[in-house]
Amino acid sequence: MNAAPAPPSPARGGAPVLRAERLAKAFGGVPVLSDISLDIRPGEIHAVIGENGAGKSTLMRLLSGYLRPSEGALWMDGEPIAFHGPADAQAAGIALVHQEILLAEALSVTENIFIGREIGRFGRLDERAMRAAAAAQLAEIGCKVSPRARVGDISLANRQLVQIAKALLGTHRVVIFDEPTAVLTHDEVDPLLDIIVKLKQRGVAILYISHRLDEVERLADRVTVLRDGRMVGSYEAEGLTPHRMASLMVGREFASLYPVRVPRDIAGPVLEIEHAHVPGFVHDVSLTLHKGEILGLAGMIGAGRTELFEGLLGLRPASFGAVRLHGKPSHFASPAQAAAAGIGYLTEDRKGKGLLLGERLAPNLTLAALDRVHTVAGLDLAREAQLLDRAVASYDIRLRSRDAKAGQLSGGNQQKLLLAKVMLNDPSILVIDEPTRGIDIANKSQIYAFIQSLVQEGRSCIVISSEMQELIGLCDRILVMRSGRINGELSGDAMTESNVALHATSSAAHEKTSGRNAHG
Amino acid sequence: MADLAAAPPRAEPGWSIGWGDAGPFLALAALIAIGFLVNPDFLSANNIANVVTRSAFIAIIAIGATFVISSGGLDLSVGSMAAFITGVMILFMNWVAPSVGTAAIPLGMAVALVTGIACGLMNGAIVTLGRIEPFIATLGTMGIFRALITYMTDGGTVAIDRSLRDAYRPVYFGDVLGVPIPILVSLAVALVAAYVLYRTRYGRRCVAVGANEDVARYSGISIPRVRTMAFVIQGACVAIAAICYVPRLGAATPTTGLLWELQVITAVVIGGTALRGGRGRIWGTVAGAVILEFIANLMVLSDFVSEYLVAAVQGVIIIIAMLIQRMSKR
Repeated sequence: MNAAPAPPSPARGGAPVLRAERLAKAFGGVPVLSDISLDIRPGEIHAVIGENGAGKSTLMRLLSGYLRPSEGALWMDGEPIAFHGPADAQAAGIALVHQEILLAEALSVTENIFIGREIGRFGRLDERAMRAAAAAQLAEIGCKVSPRARVGDISLANRQLVQIAKALLGTHRVVIFDEPTAVLTHDEVDPLLDIIVKLKQRGVAILYISHRLDEVERLADRVTVLRDGRMVGSYEAEGLTPHRMASLMVGREFASLYPVRVPRDIAGPVLEIEHAHVPGFVHDVSLTLHKGEILGLAGMIGAGRTELFEGLLGLRPASFGAVRLHGKPSHFASPAQAAAAGIGYLTEDRKGKGLLLGERLAPNLTLAALDRVHTVAGLDLAREAQLLDRAVASYDIRLRSRDAKAGQLSGGNQQKLLLAKVMLNDPSILVIDEPTRGIDIANKSQIYAFIQSLVQEGRSCIVISSEMQELIGLCDRILVMRSGRINGELSGDAMTESNVALHATSSAAHEKTSGRNAHG
Repeated sequence: MADLAAAPPRAEPGWSIGWGDAGPFLALAALIAIGFLVNPDFLSANNIANVVTRSAFIAIIAIGATFVISSGGLDLSVGSMAAFITGVMILFMNWVAPSVGTAAIPLGMAVALVTGIACGLMNGAIVTLGRIEPFIATLGTMGIFRALITYMTDGGTVAIDRSLRDAYRPVYFGDVLGVPIPILVSLAVALVAAYVLYRTRYGRRCVAVGANEDVARYSGISIPRVRTMAFVIQGACVAIAAICYVPRLGAATPTTGLLWELQVITAVVIGGTALRGGRGRIWGTVAGAVILEFIANLMVLSDFVSEYLVAAVQGVIIIIAMLIQRMSKR
């Protein structure tokens, strides 16, 4: 096998290089992907799109040997093939460009490209050969960094290119890009897309995973849409608009999943943020949350939504023109101060930032509100047990044992525990970041009902979500962020998936779309 | 690639039944049984009291280290800090003894405690304000304290004033109802420490910071404050150990407390505290300190292994303890 000897003019639609037939994957009996059949042909960009949790990443891992399918088969050049690990897939000519940048910052570009595959003889490294090969590889994809540069010193965009160079080292007939632009700013995206087109022209088969629909529209020859672990279909990209892609991604009706909207009085502003800047993430964002309102914050991952609130809570450096809480100028240096002022924040990363997975439930529940169980004689463990009982009952947390560790709960129950933890401080404003990521439908609808009951009690809520349906089903108003700015405001009838998707992915979208009389 | 490798939902670590918790006590029991078989004298009340008394100050220091380690830190400076505090204390007592007599002893104890707290505060400030890895920060202060004691003693010895020696003696050699005072002190320290670690807001926060700094931060916990406090507790514990130890030593020398940090960390780790933080076991630490001293004692009482190899055996033990911790993770 040679490094993709490109036929002079690769015929699109030639015999597929890699074909997946009825692939399925289940984790511990829970199916995450079922019945996926697709093929990847030389000289073609095949895009896979879907909402978060649709199964894109699992599919990519199956195709690149990181996971083994529970059912179904892979075929390469018409022969059945099975990968026992990523090395097998690499040897077969399948290269994967990871979404996150997985490079050792302290090492040079060359060292990173050759890590684990060093050229050398008798244990002595042939630095010169590696440097030359790295330089050639970098030149091929139009990356101008020196092979000697330390990765820690080069820009994020260049690191992504180095990562591509690393993936392309050796034979590659299929290249899988897993959301390669997720970490890049707008200006850095174009050169990367050019490289991908160039690869395609050389006859490489490309699988492009993304949920930036405008990129998909520009690049793809064919588009496969996933939803909830199943295949919606494969479509010719010709004539497939971002609007249409978005509606295919979201698909079915969810009428019963969301609580019935109860008419409420949405009163004056409770939280006003003006001219928020979070260096590198958020540029000049202003927003107002009203009492009793559920305000949605839509946008793709990396649009700066999470960072905006981490900045507000003093979790990362940020500057604000003004922050007013109930009309009073405020500043929060830490989540503790924000909690004391009545703002609760529920992180999107419940395993990494929300819960101590190795710790039992009670200490998790009270960690952010230890004052509630503190007495002069130390922690009141009986009271803590009571609080846990109450939380288990009112949030319907299902557990096998009171002594279980938080990590033993299912995702949905973890999320409910996290919710209980944040609510223990009795916030009047709750910011929920990705309220239902990775949890099942039953728990989802419980969490939606809970959010609804919060605002009926007169609290106010900001919901950050990448699931458009969720925001449309839940919110009174939606702000759409894109690349660190608010790219549109939707309310009333204008809150449609296609509008949200349009504002989230396309810079050309207009500013404010409003169905009349949403609130006021 | 880490996240890819971890993708399939593996069983979460850490809830296999409490082997980790019972382990050190089982090991202690096994050791006592072996000791008895090797040499029946081993179990004599006298020998046991002796050994436990000798383990007391490693135990006290290791109790402090349990806080530092379970909060995700490490303190290598404890041995030289103990020597430094001993030196400061003796010099101070000798200085005031001519004017205040034996009142110099409680004053000296107070000075030792203040010095210990100050040393801990310094370690904590370097780690949190200076954002320096605890390993490096305390490697630095380890050198500083060691150099200071060498300087203070002029490379020789600073002995406690003859007039104070008899009055101070009971603190190490005395007993209450037959229980040696160092044992009582270490029990008291352990009780207070267990209370603080398991029954106070600080203890919860300390373990949370060690388990997952991000979760702690998002829960509104001030990480610098928690970590600094752990180093301060460590400093206070070193001071208490030094106070108990002065009568036995009678003097401060440049070699006082040499390599104690190794024994302290070993005691903490065999006790079941996670070296990467997030789990602290006070009573396990105490058991760990006793185990170490028992092993040394056993080697002296038996003729199998030269007692010169005690440190080697202890080194082997810390490695085995880490391996056991690793395997119980699976």
